[in-house]
Amino acid sequence: MPDGGLFVLDVKDLKTVFLTRAGEVHAVNRVSFQVRPGELLGVVGESGSGKSVTMMSLIGLLPMPPAEVRGGRALFDGRDLLAMEPEELRQIRGARVGFIFQDPMTSLNPVFTVGFQLMEPLRTHMGMDKRAARRRAAELLELVGISDADRRLDDYPHQFSGGMRQRVMIAMALACDPEVLIADEPTTALDVTIQAQILELVKELRQKLGMAIIWITHDLGVIAGIADRVMVMYAGQVVEEAPVKGLFTNPQHPYTRALLQTVPSVRGKRAEHLRVIPGQPPVLGAEPRACPFAPRCDHALARCRRENPPRIPLGDGHDVACFWDPATGGERDV
Amino acid sequence: MFDASAPRKKIVEVRDLKMHFPIFAGVFRKRVGEVKAVDGVSFDIFEGETLGLVGESGCGKSTCGRAILRLYDITEGSVVIDGQEIGHIPQKKLRPLRPKMQMVFQDPQASLDPRMTVAAIIGEPLVEHTNLGRAARLERIYELMDAVGLNRNFANRYPHEFSGGQRQRIGIARALALNPKFIVCDEPIAALDVSIQAQVVNLLEELQKQLGLTYLFISHDLSMVRHIADRVAVMYLGKVVELASREDLYERPRHPYTEALLSAVPDPDPASAEKIERIILKGDVPSPSNPPQGCNFCTRCPRVMPICQHEEPEFREVTPGRFVACHLYNTDLQQEAPARTEAAS
Repeated sequence: MPDGGLFVLDVKDLKTVFLTRAGEVHAVNRVSFQVRPGELLGVVGESGSGKSVTMMSLIGLLPMPPAEVRGGRALFDGRDLLAMEPEELRQIRGARVGFIFQDPMTSLNPVFTVGFQLMEPLRTHMGMDKRAARRRAAELLELVGISDADRRLDDYPHQFSGGMRQRVMIAMALACDPEVLIADEPTTALDVTIQAQILELVKELRQKLGMAIIWITHDLGVIAGIADRVMVMYAGQVVEEAPVKGLFTNPQHPYTRALLQTVPSVRGKRAEHLRVIPGQPPVLGAEPRACPFAPRCDHALARCRRENPPRIPLGDGHDVACFWDPATGGERDV
Repeated sequence: MFDASAPRKKIVEVRDLKMHFPIFAGVFRKRVGEVKAVDGVSFDIFEGETLGLVGESGCGKSTCGRAILRLYDITEGSVVIDGQEIGHIPQKKLRPLRPKMQMVFQDPQASLDPRMTVAAIIGEPLVEHTNLGRAARLERIYELMDAVGLNRNFANRYPHEFSGGQRQRIGIARALALNPKFIVCDEPIAALDVSIQAQVVNLLEELQKQLGLTYLFISHDLSMVRHIADRVAVMYLGKVVELASREDLYERPRHPYTEALLSAVPDPDPASAEKIERIILKGDVPSPSNPPQGCNFCTRCPRVMPICQHEEPEFREVTPGRFVACHLYNTDLQQEAPARTEAAS
């Protein structure tokens, strides 16, 4: 655990821009959030909302150029990740901050055995010898529910099924006992029954290991089941953040509210008509000066088209970036 | 709505459909086996309804949809579309029947030619199958663009200039060009963002009402299928394990696989997420080139019985309009059925 700090990760005003031939794309705009030790922060948003880019910026995994981190700070254990030398960041990445990606097939190297790939971080970051690393690797595979672990270390990724590969990825991310685990759509490529297995596994591992997890997804259902707190992103900024129950029972931002209504459920009452959010997300050629959701919003006020709303704290850890108040149907006092 | 008492016209009748793909190996490319992608599937689709076909990846649902439209030469079985047997007739004779049956594909990026304009894409079926003149064709193209909510002024643009949702609209317009009766929608919304999915699903529903279309809606998204389908068929490893009306299937699933599948879908509501009794299936789906003996699902079934390991359950109608392929619902065997064993691990 990082000493003294209340947060394992404290991000403030992160801004990431991509320089493309067609001009700049302002993918992440003044994103701030904190992660407490042991908590699971869910990050929800559609493709292009900046949820992955935010996390990749933090751990220096974006190719620069075209990407450029233009501002902000990200304190991890009292030190700013964004200001670190690449060599310093390398010590942290994979060791103290682990990550899991969406597609386990493309993130595992097909020409090396799973054992080799599991042992690599153990040997580079933990300085283990070959024997100890292999023993630890087998332990890790067992931890994520792969039977006959010692023998399976010598198998190649293609010899594992999709769900098993994702288990291997999780084992790899856990190898060095990270304080924060960033999981980017880890179950999106999996079938529902396999997804259920992985979600169960993550719940179990959280209890056992107690690390903080940042879980990126577009699936509100997954978030409802595992997150402690949720951050909703739209057009590169955080539009709402709340404890999971608060978000689902009392959503404040019109985007969150609409999103919850466009998703049908397999249980409960069946809606006759699906709510539609008209239009599409904006292309972020510049930092938005007005609310980026206003053109698609049912409740947009005149002010929303002039001014980008700040994060407004509502109490109980619930924040919203919106001038409209669902309780009164009018403008908020800010 | 599906109602067993009122006989309705069947648009599609599929009987014992099999689609096996050969596996070749060795220097001489000898045939060493086959992938039984679809292995004996039977169902009907009634006029004006939507049949949802759900299942996990690799269960054969897309292959089934393609085989019904004879995009493959099927291995065995019969497919009757609008009263006409098309299961084994040669592709050449199939061509005049094509206008009746169309398809909307999953990936609007891959299924639209990037070098053709929208007008050319939507107009291509008209060129191939009708003798409309230039002006009449353009008129029809505009009509179709209006119907799917695309701006007429964009007729001369190329697919890359459109967003995913709009591209899917182009694909739908193309499928509608020849006034089809039956459309296979193969994961039409899987590649789209949630806020865009609802737009496309609502469009499909509106078009169905206006034009009296019949859909086979293939999807892995159980909640969206619950929204759009009248009846739902669940596939597992090349076979339909359960077929029932939407209400029956979602409220009272009978087959242990359907039960597990539905319980695995996460709910966007933390209060109900805590209450759901999840059935976590162990292991993975077996390979369709080497399916288990007896019931396909016996390797993962939480309610497996001795008989399941050697005898394949028959796909039978247990109550009117409801079909299940499971020994649990074989009345002769009732006494053998154990209560559900400790399933959640």
